[in-house]
Amino acid sequence: MTTSEIQFDAPADPVADGPVLQVEDLQVSFPSESGRVHAVRGLSYQVSPGEVLGIVGESGSGKSVSSLAVMGLLPSSARVSGSIKFQGRELIGRSDTELSKIRGRRVSMVFQDPLSALTPVYTVGDQIAEAILVHKKGAVSKAAAAKRSVELLDLVGIPNAAERVKAFPHEFSGGMRQRAVIAMAIANDPDLIIADEPTTALDVTVQAQVLQLLETAQEVTGAGIVIITHDLGVVAGFADRLMVMYAGRAVEKGKVDEIYQQPRMPYTLGLLGSIPRLDFSEKQALVPIKGQPPSLTDLPPGCPFAPRCPMVVDACHTAEPPLMDVDGSIEHAAACIRTNEIAAADAEGAEAAVEIFGAEVADEPEVAKIPREQRDIVLGLDNLVKEYPVNKGVVFKRRVGTVHAVAGISFDVREGETLGLVGESGCGKTTTLMEILNLQKPMGGEISVLGTKSSEVDAKRRFAIRRDMSVVFQDPMASLDPRLTIHDCIAEPMQVHGYAKDEINRRVPELMRLVGLRPDQLSRYPGEFSGGQRQRIGIARALALEPKLVVLDEPVSALDVSIQAGVINLLEELKSKLGLAYLFVAHDLSVVRHIADRVAVMYLGKIIEIGGVDSVFDAPRHPYTQALLSAIPIPDPVKERQRERIILTGDLPSPANPPSGCRFRTRCFLHASLPPEKQRQCIEVEPLREAQAADHEAACHFAQVRQVL
Amino acid sequence: MTVILNEGDAAGTTGAASGSPVDAAPDPEKAMTRGRLVFIRFMRNKLALVGLVVIIGMYLMAFVGPLLSKWSYDTQDYSAFLEPPYSEHIFGTDKIGTDMFALTMRGLQKSLIIGLLVALISTSIAAVVGAAAGYFLGVADKTLMWVVDLLLVLPSFLIIAILSPWFRGKSWFLLVVMLAAFQWMITARIVRGMTLTLKEREFVKAAKFMGQPARKIIAKHIVPNMASLLIIDATINVGSAVLAETGLSFFGFGVQSPDVSLGTLIGLNAESATTFPWLFLFPAGFLVVFVLAVNWVGDGLRDALDPTSTRVRRKEKKDTKEKAA
Repeated sequence: MTTSEIQFDAPADPVADGPVLQVEDLQVSFPSESGRVHAVRGLSYQVSPGEVLGIVGESGSGKSVSSLAVMGLLPSSARVSGSIKFQGRELIGRSDTELSKIRGRRVSMVFQDPLSALTPVYTVGDQIAEAILVHKKGAVSKAAAAKRSVELLDLVGIPNAAERVKAFPHEFSGGMRQRAVIAMAIANDPDLIIADEPTTALDVTVQAQVLQLLETAQEVTGAGIVIITHDLGVVAGFADRLMVMYAGRAVEKGKVDEIYQQPRMPYTLGLLGSIPRLDFSEKQALVPIKGQPPSLTDLPPGCPFAPRCPMVVDACHTAEPPLMDVDGSIEHAAACIRTNEIAAADAEGAEAAVEIFGAEVADEPEVAKIPREQRDIVLGLDNLVKEYPVNKGVVFKRRVGTVHAVAGISFDVREGETLGLVGESGCGKTTTLMEILNLQKPMGGEISVLGTKSSEVDAKRRFAIRRDMSVVFQDPMASLDPRLTIHDCIAEPMQVHGYAKDEINRRVPELMRLVGLRPDQLSRYPGEFSGGQRQRIGIARALALEPKLVVLDEPVSALDVSIQAGVINLLEELKSKLGLAYLFVAHDLSVVRHIADRVAVMYLGKIIEIGGVDSVFDAPRHPYTQALLSAIPIPDPVKERQRERIILTGDLPSPANPPSGCRFRTRCFLHASLPPEKQRQCIEVEPLREAQAADHEAACHFAQVRQVL
Repeated sequence: MTVILNEGDAAGTTGAASGSPVDAAPDPEKAMTRGRLVFIRFMRNKLALVGLVVIIGMYLMAFVGPLLSKWSYDTQDYSAFLEPPYSEHIFGTDKIGTDMFALTMRGLQKSLIIGLLVALISTSIAAVVGAAAGYFLGVADKTLMWVVDLLLVLPSFLIIAILSPWFRGKSWFLLVVMLAAFQWMITARIVRGMTLTLKEREFVKAAKFMGQPARKIIAKHIVPNMASLLIIDATINVGSAVLAETGLSFFGFGVQSPDVSLGTLIGLNAESATTFPWLFLFPAGFLVVFVLAVNWVGDGLRDALDPTSTRVRRKEKKDTKEKAA
């Protein structure tokens, strides 16, 4: 990195005396059909050089809009007032051309979706070079910019940067694209980086890499960072200060530790209590925040959070509380009239949330009292194989390879238990699910549902099995037919299986109540419900036929944390009430820890570790599980800073050409630390699943326990 | 239907719902079926209702009108040639003394039936073929798309001309079938494409995994989700079927004199539009009104079927406000 003509400034920039960004009383409103939407209402904050400010809030709280206002990227219909000062210069009222000189040069932005942040028709290198040339035209030659883009890609950790610089965005994986976007963001040594949900669209392992990279970027450029997220876990270890937004205003701000340990606003409490914790082994009660953020068109007077607040009193409805200093600290402020009472509560943090919101842990189902071995097997997979051919040619298709999507996996799910199936995207989770749900004869191995083998069933028997097995999909938007009313959606499985009309009409309202929705909304269309409500409808439909097994395909990953908690609680409650068995596919390990009894970790079409959830999480044996676990952020700044993170290098290898021997060896930190003769064993011999402890198997030659939480 | 202001309902739906498609039914536990809901929403659309009334009125007029008139389309009044409308001949007469009202009504009878049936048949074929090809893929797709391509490259006019000696003198229904047979292919291709994307949606998978047979998935999930396209297609087809029939008639196929259709009347009298306007204006006016009415009904049906349509809702809001005041 020493050969370049362009260098980063020394981190201590002389211009950067005082805050980099100072926002005072920012107001943003948009016109809409139902009146003006006041997306941001009087927001003030500042960011000093080298400081990381986290902005947290549910979707619709105005966090993205406020940062777009800073960048001057709002549509012209937006009305912006207040003051945004960047290095002492006022930004509001400047023309787009003037702002363009600052954007990308002094302030840069990292967007949520790395797929749409890059132009598909230019190479990644060209796009990074463009970011440099736009601002330093004349001063920098094209060749120098190209060279610089290689260095930048190298800096953000893309292996073989000189080669990859010529690649197009579609040839990059999601994590690599986000790295390229960060490379563009730091290309001009900005003084402020705004990252809008930079890790939301990414896998957990990649999320850890990207967060680390942002930290590196901050060290290199000395910039202030504003990181926007809805996940309190993400910012715990990374941010210095935190601002919680609700309904377009800051409702609490302060130092990270203070907010996590002594939250003084019920909304912050709720957000903290709604996150399932990876590091809690005993069952923890999750706090769902009821209802939804208010519509920002005409807010009633009083605290906007009052309709959802468990601590609401009459005084809350009279006036909107301003941000007031709490606990005698100048830096910590909250907008609530009852902060003193929250402070007086015995418990702190998430425990206080449980107390105040009154969340409860669902009971264990009856069937769970019988020892596991004596319960019936609801779903059994024996060495399941699924391969896809890779074809080439238009007229004459010839097979040029095979994608080993699922390469022989075995597990069983017993009555009344939840098996969590986890792994990065592309590891074969969804393929496994589809194979189970299709109930066709597998390419290899065997699937048995309730004792019936799928290779032996005829159409009639298959139809009968469908009654005992149902599915809840990830995307609540796509899983309900937009043209059917809720009643028809829930009634459909019963109609298929020949229920009488009266029976259906009786059962549908019953199911609505079961999932916590009001039956008088049955004549509505799915489009009128929120994501969380739609997911509940999806669950009601899955339960219509009283199944024994419910297959859940990432049922909460598309939901906001506060709503996610409600759905998780519902799933647990239903399980104990109805004695269901769940196959729970997820990439979020904290959710799995919360809901699952057993967990299976998949890597590249194989299960590499399986066992009881406490055993696997507390004493992981396989290096991949250890890396996965260490990548999950814990919403506790103190713990988070002490943790040592195992960062996996690179991305998932292609399943069309998996590594020989142990499939994980290419990314394995343990493998890298072994002497050559032991390494040979990893390369040549495929490790089999071996028992490590009671109900705990791992597939590693050199399995050893490592504490990562 | 009682109209209740639904504000108290907002408990969990605020933000997501800016209004409900129908207001709470008298018995909240009893949900409405899709058919009834669509019916209610359709009935709310005033313009669509007007269109429906106009279409029904035209049918009545076309079939009952001639019975009330003393003139017939195949008899002439030799005392009146090219007379403008007057009490005896309310639409006037043509150059051989045929009553224009009788002619127009006879033409309307033919065109109403041909237009609506051709549109209905061709759009249905397009929906079924396209959806089946897209859903099943494989052999079914290859075969059906081969048929589509074949029909697209064959000159339809030539085929009808070759076949016409065979169906001359046979019922008009054959003509309808022939017209429909050459109108559905392009729509079928579009429908197939849309089916391919719809098929990957999770609600279709959900239906499959609950054991819903393929034909029901197509009927219940895939076709209704393309309703907007199909309805627009059908309304366009009504107009083009009437005109296509004119073209055939001009070349001596289709409706033959002394029988008439709106198309033949318009074609025959177009040149008299400025000199003897009544010859042209009456048939043309009826055709325009007919196509317009079909469009209104089509729009109404589309809005009624589409839950995201805001047109019905905005009206509702106005309604509730008026009621509240």
